[in-house]
Amino acid sequence: MRLKLVPQDTTLDFFRFWRYTFGASVLAMVLSIVAFFVMGLNFGIDFKGGTSIRTEAVQPVDIGAYRGAVEPLGFGDVAITEVFDPSFGPEQNVAMIRIETQAGQEAKTPEQLASIRTALQQVDPSLVFASVDSVGPKVSGELVQSAVISVLLALGAVLFYVWLRFEWQFSVGAVAALVHDVVLTIGLFAVLQIRFDLAIIAAILTIVGYSLNDTVVVFDRVRENLIKFKKRPLREVLNMSINETLSRTVMTSVTTLLALIALFVLGGDVIRGFVFAMIWGVIVGTYSSVFVASVVLYRFDVKRDWSKASGDTAGTQFGVKEN
Amino acid sequence: MLHIPMWKRILIWGTCALALLIAVPNLFYAQVERHNDAVTAQERGEAFSEEDLAAWPGFLPSFLINLGLDLRGGAHLLAEVNVSDVYADRIDALWPTVRDRLRDERDIVGAVRRVDSQDSGELRVRLGNPEVIDQAAGFLRELAQPTQSLTGFGVGNDLEVRTEGEELVVALSAAERQATDERTMRTSLEIIRRRVDEAGTREPTIQRQGEDRILIQVPGIGSAEELKSLIGTTARLTFHPVVGVTSDPTEVPGPRNALYPSLDSPGTFYEVEQTPVVTGDQLVDASAAMDQNNRPAVNFRFNAQGGRAFGLYTAENIGSPFAIVLDGEVVSAPTIQSHIPGGSGIITGRFTVEETTQLAVLLRSGALPAEMDFLEERTVGPELGQDSIDAGRIAAIVAMGAVLVFMIASYGIFGVIANIALLLNVAMIFALLSLIGATLTLPGIAGIVLTIGMAVDATVLIFERIREEMRTAKGPARAIELGYEKALSAILDANITTFLTALILFAMGSGPVRGFAVTLGLGIITSVFTALLVTRLMMVLYYERRRPKTLAI
Repeated sequence: MRLKLVPQDTTLDFFRFWRYTFGASVLAMVLSIVAFFVMGLNFGIDFKGGTSIRTEAVQPVDIGAYRGAVEPLGFGDVAITEVFDPSFGPEQNVAMIRIETQAGQEAKTPEQLASIRTALQQVDPSLVFASVDSVGPKVSGELVQSAVISVLLALGAVLFYVWLRFEWQFSVGAVAALVHDVVLTIGLFAVLQIRFDLAIIAAILTIVGYSLNDTVVVFDRVRENLIKFKKRPLREVLNMSINETLSRTVMTSVTTLLALIALFVLGGDVIRGFVFAMIWGVIVGTYSSVFVASVVLYRFDVKRDWSKASGDTAGTQFGVKEN
Repeated sequence: MLHIPMWKRILIWGTCALALLIAVPNLFYAQVERHNDAVTAQERGEAFSEEDLAAWPGFLPSFLINLGLDLRGGAHLLAEVNVSDVYADRIDALWPTVRDRLRDERDIVGAVRRVDSQDSGELRVRLGNPEVIDQAAGFLRELAQPTQSLTGFGVGNDLEVRTEGEELVVALSAAERQATDERTMRTSLEIIRRRVDEAGTREPTIQRQGEDRILIQVPGIGSAEELKSLIGTTARLTFHPVVGVTSDPTEVPGPRNALYPSLDSPGTFYEVEQTPVVTGDQLVDASAAMDQNNRPAVNFRFNAQGGRAFGLYTAENIGSPFAIVLDGEVVSAPTIQSHIPGGSGIITGRFTVEETTQLAVLLRSGALPAEMDFLEERTVGPELGQDSIDAGRIAAIVAMGAVLVFMIASYGIFGVIANIALLLNVAMIFALLSLIGATLTLPGIAGIVLTIGMAVDATVLIFERIREEMRTAKGPARAIELGYEKALSAILDANITTFLTALILFAMGSGPVRGFAVTLGLGIITSVFTALLVTRLMMVLYYERRRPKTLAI
């Protein structure tokens, strides 16, 4: 007996409630933007500058005592959080200490670090620094800039490639879906106040890649069916294409999610935020390729006569022989 | 219909076998690493243990993936070199020449006085007879020489002379500044490399980044502080005539003099002549030693030129104090007892043995031409790195297992084919990473896990397509063929777009993010290869053997 997540033939109408699904997407995007401006992102030191220290100790973390030890040193705002992970042993107590950028200096000096270590070791002699990251304001500014540029570049490259391989309506649909995914991811990070650092940018770009993967597979089938069924209404062709690729869409999402969930649970706390962003991205990315990208395509009423296009624009289709 | 020529089959299986062979050493990381270290030592003619050499058979490939700092532990520093520091030195060195040239023409220009300048790359001079300033500028223009750039000659002269009101301005030209910056960066890189090498850590990365930055990554070093004090110290040693001693730090030093604090006794400040008699550049050797009172000290020796200048000065100034200045602090200020010929001497102070050893290393490797600011600093302890590897490994195995089971549950015997392709795919990623010497980071492991999930996508696309074609097509062979044919366009489009984002990540990202981009990009290439060629070959083999009437896909 085979496992079948999706029945053999589905004839779901994905556009019956398109006003609601699309409206919900728009609403979620608006809420995300509001959250971004009202709550802001919990930027990590990559983007904000400052120093972040990961401590490990045998005794349980006492945040109050840690704070009491570090604050008199006069480094300004100090944020201390305990880190929990199922993989930690009973004698592994981890905390993150974040110190803001000190005026007029780039990275932390060895003397400042030594003073923090000495102060904390008076609280708990077993305490060690498992890792220290210090980023100066100059670099963090550049990192923000290059992060924004790379997301925009990725969107631009996609817009161009899809336009080259399909039609401009497809391109707009694909990019609308990507913008939707990126905005929703940033919104979720703002609402949950998960630390937003360089790795999250990598996650967002991967989401862009993944969501696009999904969208392109659906679009590819739409193009094929548009050629095959020249007379059928667009809505019907779109529905047929999505239904035909539904099994694959679900299969791929499930395998990717299986892998990501394993990483989320077992991969340790260092990359948990990163993996979380990707899980979220796979879910929204799968949703958006149907309910955003295809709906945009539906509303734009794509051109129907592909007979010439496939003949004179070389490379519109890779090796697909028409029967 | 389903025909794959023999040479193609051999090529495909050969590629897979090769990938497995190259990837295998990574399973025995510790042994292979010991073996490789022993081989390196053997090549260099150093001592090595036979046991280490035998830890891995020499005839097998021994490529390993480099583990990033976040996995191995170590320190990462991004330093910015203050290249303009060097201009000031150049200008100071230029001043005596300018002064002498103008003194030769004293009858015309009158007295000559240097005034301070905002820009460290400028020398400003006032003349006794300001009316002849243009003529004086002409004298100074004769001093200019063609810029010696590293890339070639003749971009122009090194000095530009102009007049501003009553001041005569001699400035380094833009071309000269650029050439100076270039030299400063090269010297800094070289000196940092020497210092790190002296500390004896394995495989450090020391790279120039952009105009004026240097990236230093040293795996396995315990603390970044240690590394920073090693490379962050300028170690500029200079010898100055002492003008006076004071306890007032706010005292304004006389013209062309400087006030330096004492290293040993806080509250004591020495006023010294700013232009040094000799500098550490002229040192040829330095070593840790003990002075006659058995206290730690550093012995040093000058080159011929420095030795001469030192000898001459000591002969002329017996009985005067003399300051030994290290990075702006007076280490000691002995009185010159006698003429010191031969150019060797000793630095004493309140040092520990470790400090003298480090100072000797720093002096030997030379002074950094300019100071550095540290823009970014990251340290990962070795335990955290090991924890991350362990967690990543378990996660990868579980992820792999889940996907394997899921694929068999969904596609039966064809799931097995997909799984073999998946395992080969992971082996190929490891083989490629090892071959190109890429660095595996924690996000890189995440990239591999993600690839495991996504690699099946291409196979799923094909299988789903074959399923569809089975309903309309004329028999399994045709369905398989059509399945591959029709899925191709979607597979290529989907993977090219993802590959584009991986490329952008690689180009824009740094450090760990770049590691992620590398594994993602390689994973896309290998997954397309396994999906289009390897699974197809296995499908054909299955078909040839069984000749099924229908496909239970």
